[in-house]
Formats: sequence, structure tokens, C-alpha cells
Amino acid sequence: MPESSVQNQVSAGADGKGTGAPEAPQPQKAKPWQRVAGLFSKDGTPADMVATRRRFVGASVVGFLIVNLLMFLRFFFPRALFEPKTSFRIGYPADFGFGVDTKFQQQFRVWVVRNPEGLFVIYARCTHLGCTPDWKPSENKFKCPCHGSGYDSEGINFEGPAPRPMDRANVELDPEGQIVVDTAKLYQWPKGAPTQFNDDGAILRV
Amino acid sequence: MPEDNGNAQEKKGLSGLLDRPEIQALKEKVKGDVQAFKKPTKTDLFKSMFRVKHDETPRSRALGVLSNVFLHLHPAKVNRDAVAYNYTWGMGGITFYLFVVLTFTGALLMFYYHPSKIVAFRDILYLEHDVPFGKLLRNMHRWAAHLMIITVWLHMFRVYLTGSYKKPREFNWLVGVILLVLTLLLSFTGYLLPDDQLGFWAVTVGTSMARATPLLGHEGPFGPELGMTQFNDVRFALLGGSIVDSNALLRSYIWHCIAIPIIVSTFLVVHFWRVRKDGGISGPSPVVLEGEIKPERKI
Repeated sequence: MPESSVQNQVSAGADGKGTGAPEAPQPQKAKPWQRVAGLFSKDGTPADMVATRRRFVGASVVGFLIVNLLMFLRFFFPRALFEPKTSFRIGYPADFGFGVDTKFQQQFRVWVVRNPEGLFVIYARCTHLGCTPDWKPSENKFKCPCHGSGYDSEGINFEGPAPRPMDRANVELDPEGQIVVDTAKLYQWPKGAPTQFNDDGAILRV
Repeated sequence: MPEDNGNAQEKKGLSGLLDRPEIQALKEKVKGDVQAFKKPTKTDLFKSMFRVKHDETPRSRALGVLSNVFLHLHPAKVNRDAVAYNYTWGMGGITFYLFVVLTFTGALLMFYYHPSKIVAFRDILYLEHDVPFGKLLRNMHRWAAHLMIITVWLHMFRVYLTGSYKKPREFNWLVGVILLVLTLLLSFTGYLLPDDQLGFWAVTVGTSMARATPLLGHEGPFGPELGMTQFNDVRFALLGGSIVDSNALLRSYIWHCIAIPIIVSTFLVVHFWRVRKDGGISGPSPVVLEGEIKPERKI
């Protein structure tokens, strides 16, 4: 029995040492397991043993605080979110004519656009700093009210600070033939990089 | 009066006991109590509670400052050129005054404000239109906040112009920079609280910048390579979600009303203490020409 309890102490010490050891000042270089073993050995002067154990307690306290800090940081990332669903159905392709349709802007933050190539969905978020631009039918462009970025009717930036065209959401047809949009999957056209706007899912060629 | 009554009773029934020493001692004590009752301001208890007049000596004036918890951060004596308003502009003191005003009016506003998406803006309208002096309080808080941003910059500008960041005040300059950032953060977190269009989009823009944080933002350098997405980066931790919503409002409120004020107060204590430890307010050069020596002023 006594032997096994000593074994437990050693392994517990090893855990404490593992998190806290890098923080404690270590005058002499020793491998971690040697240090842990040194805690429970009867070798050395009493003063050495006191110093070793004091370092162990100090390292335990530091380790405890570090673990607490990590818990504190993790606390700010919630597991469950109560946010609008990113995937939704918007009707049949035949519901949308040529041009920009803004009827889902309030509800889903998207515009549905049809051009000669097909039908795609622009995610209504300015690529500059995240505001929702306004569709100006008379000027045939999107205009961001925050810093004045301008986009044409396909969401391609042509004025203001926006660094790239507005992102497009994933679109596909469900078995009923309705359009399913997913704004968690976005297609981008970063400056100086190849466009993703022709990828599968970026546009419905219907 | 109580003294007379006591004596009268003792003379009637207990005249034989009057000469005993404990009775004499009791008599002295009663006399003392009556004296204290007549002139309460002369008692030790009173003097310990309230400030009393001392002799007009430099020593007692210095003690008056040193022995008071609210004044002890002040030096007992300062160089009169160093506290001239055309030298300090009074900006540090005005900034602290505004901080006190903001703490007080902010605490009062908290009595009527709920940091919840459904009622936050309604509470603002309620404060503006129906709460007694609510409009006054809210405007005091708003204007003091704007002014504090201005004065804290001017304070920094003055410290820069007078070279007060130099040795031995480097450390206090660093504390001051932290306080400047914290002041801006207080202003920013307060922006969202009315839950109006202005605040909402300002915070949308402000936190969108956090997307571009190196390593920790999902659009920043090396962010995507480290696995950052909308749902696990630094912006997510700030907002409590991927969009500016009820979690963001609540977090803003807690940072604004509790966490940052406590951090600011801690740094303010260090800032003021360091001013003393670094030799008081930095003054103009002590070297003066004979012709510039001002006549001695009587304190």
C-alpha cells in the first residue's frame, strides 16, 4: 500500500510539473522526470530538498494560474449560437427574372441576381468593413453607406475602398427544384487571385 | 443640569458616602462628560472624526495633506511654475474629473437601461423622454465621453510638448498610453449600447477590422492557415457570435460598465502614484535668471 500511494504522488507531480515547469526559474538544467524524481528522493542536504519542494509548489501555483487563464479565454467562445440559419430556400429559378432581386435582403441578407450566364446569390456584405450596401436601381449599382464603396449589378467593385467584389453564397437545387442558399459557404474573388465565381455551387446555370 | 440633579440626590440620601474616593472619581468623570456635552467639538472623538483647525505652520499644512486619504496622493509642496495652467493646461486633472463624472452618470443610467436586444433602444427613448432628468444624465454622459477623448489626447500632447515623457518618467508614459487605449475602448464599447443604427454599424465596422487580425482573425495574415473561421477567431470572442447580436450587446455592456472601468481605475492609481514617485509634476527647468526671479509669495 505505501508503495502504491508514493507512485500516485509521483504521477500527480508529473502532471503538475508538465504544465508549470517552463515558468519556474531553474538554476540547474535537469530533465523534467529527473526533477520530479528529485522531489521525493532523500538525497541531498535538507536545504536542497526544501528548495526543490518550494520550486515545485511555485510551479504548481503558476500552472494552476495558467490553466485558469486558458479556461477564462475559452469561456468567451460559446458552443451554442442563437443566430439565424445560414441555409434557406428562396423559391424556384423561374421566380427570378433578369437583374437584381432585393426581396430577401431584410430576411436573409442576400440579393438574387440573374444574368445571361445564370442565377447567383450575392451575400449582402460590403467587403470593406462589413456593412450592408444599398441597391440603387436608378444608378444600376450597389452603394455602401458606411464608406462609399460601389459595386455594379453583379457585385463587382468599381469605386470606394472595397478590396474585392462581394462574396457569393452557395446555391443548389433541392429535389423539388427549389433553390437552396447557404451563406456559410461563400465564393470569393480576392484581388490578384483567380475567381471562385465559376466554381460548382457559385452559380446555377438555369 | 444633570450635574445639579445628581448632587441634589446625593445630598438628600447618601451624604455619608460623598467623601469616598470612588464617588469623587465618579464626580470628576460626570464633570468631564458634562463638559464634553457642552462643547462637543473639543472632544477627542470629534477631533478624530472631523478636520480641526491647526496652527498656520508649514508643518501642520503638510500634515493636513499627508494624513488625509483623499489628499495624500498630492505632494505637500509643489513647484509653483509646474502647476501653472499655461504649462499643464490642467488636462490630466480635467480628464480625471470627466472620468468621475462618467462613472457617476453612467451608474445612474444603469438604473434604467437593460442590455437586451428587445428593450435597449426602448430604454434609451424612455431615458430621453420620460425619466426625470434622464435626458440631462444621458447628455452629460455623452458629452463627458466626447470631452474625455479630447482632453486625454490634449494631455498626451502637452506631455509630449513639455518633454515630460523623458527620464525618469518613461514608465508613466507607458501607463498613460495604456490608459489612452482603454479610454478609446470605453468609448467604443459604449457606442453599441443605445442599440441604434449608428452604434450598430459602427460596431459592425469596428469588429470587422478584427477579422484582419494577424494570426487570430479569419481574414488576417496567417489566420486561415491556423484554422481561423468566422466561428472561432478573435472577432467571435469579442462579439460572442458571428454577427453583432444580443451577445455582442451584452458583452459590450459588461466591458463598458464593469471590466474596463475596473482596469482603468487600477491603472489610474498607478499613474497618479508614479507622478509622485517620479518627482511630482514635471516643471520648467529649475535654472532661472536673476531677473526672472519672482517675488516670494506668502502662503
